[in-house]
Amino acid sequence: MKNNTIKKFPIYLDYQATTPVDSRVLDAMLPYFTEHFGNAASRSHEYGWRAEEAVEVAREQVAALLGAAAPKEILFTSGATESNNLAILGVAEMYRDKGNHIITSTVEHKAVLDTCKYLETKGFEVTYLPVDQFGRVNVSELRAAIKDSTILISVMLANNEIGTIQPIREIGKIAKEKGILFHCDAVQGVGKIPFNVEEFGVDLVSISAHKMYGPKGVGALYVRRKNPRVRLAEQIHGGGHERGMRSGTLNVPGIVGLGKAAELSNQLLSEEFERITALRDRLFKTITTKLSDVYLNGHPAERIPGNLNLSFAYVEGESIIMGLKDLAVSSGSACTSASLEPSYVLKAIGVGEELAHTSIRFGIGRQTTEAEIDYAANRVIETISKLRDLSPLWEMAQEGIDLKSIQWTAH
Amino acid sequence: MAYSKKVLDHFDNPRNMGSLDKTAQDVGTGVVGAPECGDVMKLQVKVNDNGIIEDAKFKTFGCGSAIASSSLATEWIIGKSVEDAMKIKNTDIVNELALPPIKIHCSVLAEDAIKAAVRDYLKKKEQKSA
Repeated sequence: MKNNTIKKFPIYLDYQATTPVDSRVLDAMLPYFTEHFGNAASRSHEYGWRAEEAVEVAREQVAALLGAAAPKEILFTSGATESNNLAILGVAEMYRDKGNHIITSTVEHKAVLDTCKYLETKGFEVTYLPVDQFGRVNVSELRAAIKDSTILISVMLANNEIGTIQPIREIGKIAKEKGILFHCDAVQGVGKIPFNVEEFGVDLVSISAHKMYGPKGVGALYVRRKNPRVRLAEQIHGGGHERGMRSGTLNVPGIVGLGKAAELSNQLLSEEFERITALRDRLFKTITTKLSDVYLNGHPAERIPGNLNLSFAYVEGESIIMGLKDLAVSSGSACTSASLEPSYVLKAIGVGEELAHTSIRFGIGRQTTEAEIDYAANRVIETISKLRDLSPLWEMAQEGIDLKSIQWTAH
Repeated sequence: MAYSKKVLDHFDNPRNMGSLDKTAQDVGTGVVGAPECGDVMKLQVKVNDNGIIEDAKFKTFGCGSAIASSSLATEWIIGKSVEDAMKIKNTDIVNELALPPIKIHCSVLAEDAIKAAVRDYLKKKEQKSA
């Protein structure tokens, strides 16, 4: 199966950002660029039929992964950002006469949060539910937030930064009971943890191909057709493709890739869940055995297998990344983002700014080997130890000085 | 983000990293910045009777540019008189390390750290002679 070697430097540990295309996915896609290049909307010849057939196979593969009742419930999009926009804007516009209130959480992806903010400027009211210290939405708070005017609940399956899994099943029950549509941004969880639209009671689901070993630039939106039949106001006009909800010539090779990626993720789910969880636990254990003052961000148990988000007290995130040159990881530190703001997700779970600056996200995936994890763990231990020797905060902490008691000169 | 060769060199081989005895009469200590802003610099100077900085040490919590700025600052001030050390400008550090605009605050912090350390030394000296 997996040979236990280090394939390449820097070692890729950023699987929540994106994943490499699986070679089986690429093989499935290739003929649809050249040989079978037809437009899936061409009804008058073989080229079109062939492309349409391939798209319908992919629809079935994605439907199977999500446990959808019918392949028709899957719409193809350009990615999860578009899926989230279409779900939220489409529902808001279509059900405007029923109400103007939307419930979401503070730790959603920006594709959800920014779309909700936009709707606030258009007369909608949005409740952003806070989360607990592990990043979970409180189901009774969600229930209490529901009003007569609530038309949509949008909560993610798993968080991209801290990996925390939300109580989707419980939220689905409440949504059903109250007759409110429920959208789930499942990008980080689908194909990695068990998920099923029927069992979880979800009406709209966004997914992305490139987070599950498929190509970039393609995604899907599941739109329930029965109990209830969800209607969406189209956001991209021109031709009425995809049941009139998403116009535009279909990205056939991309869709074929998404379908194959969905099929593989479905087949490999339990095996990968186990293998990747073991790698993550090994990384965590090795690091925390050798280093003190390391804090896990996110839920200790309710988290996706491939995510480990750690704060290394007294050392700053960007300098950690600089020290870990041969690892490709990401940081919640302000210094690595364009905005100079530390992560809003870490802020939402109550991680203080001083610790938010020290956080690193390790993303583990299909191609990660045990040798890579062991190498990474040792590099982390070396780098953090070196940076702590350099850190005046570490020195003060060792001397027993309470850093909170100091009057810092903010600048 | 691309770093200049000089920043990388100071980061990989920090000069004068460490601590001096902060209780010594001839040692001045400056601590500037704040943990929640993502950078804290501690810079120390040891000054001889002729007012020359004989030794300097630093420890920095911060990004690579902050570490490089403070490492460079210690390198520059050793051998200088306290008056000359006070004349070092953050822009000198920016130019030497080719810091991008987003990292200018690191150089400002290093300038502040030099000034804070020297002032601490001068204060101790004054108290002693008083």
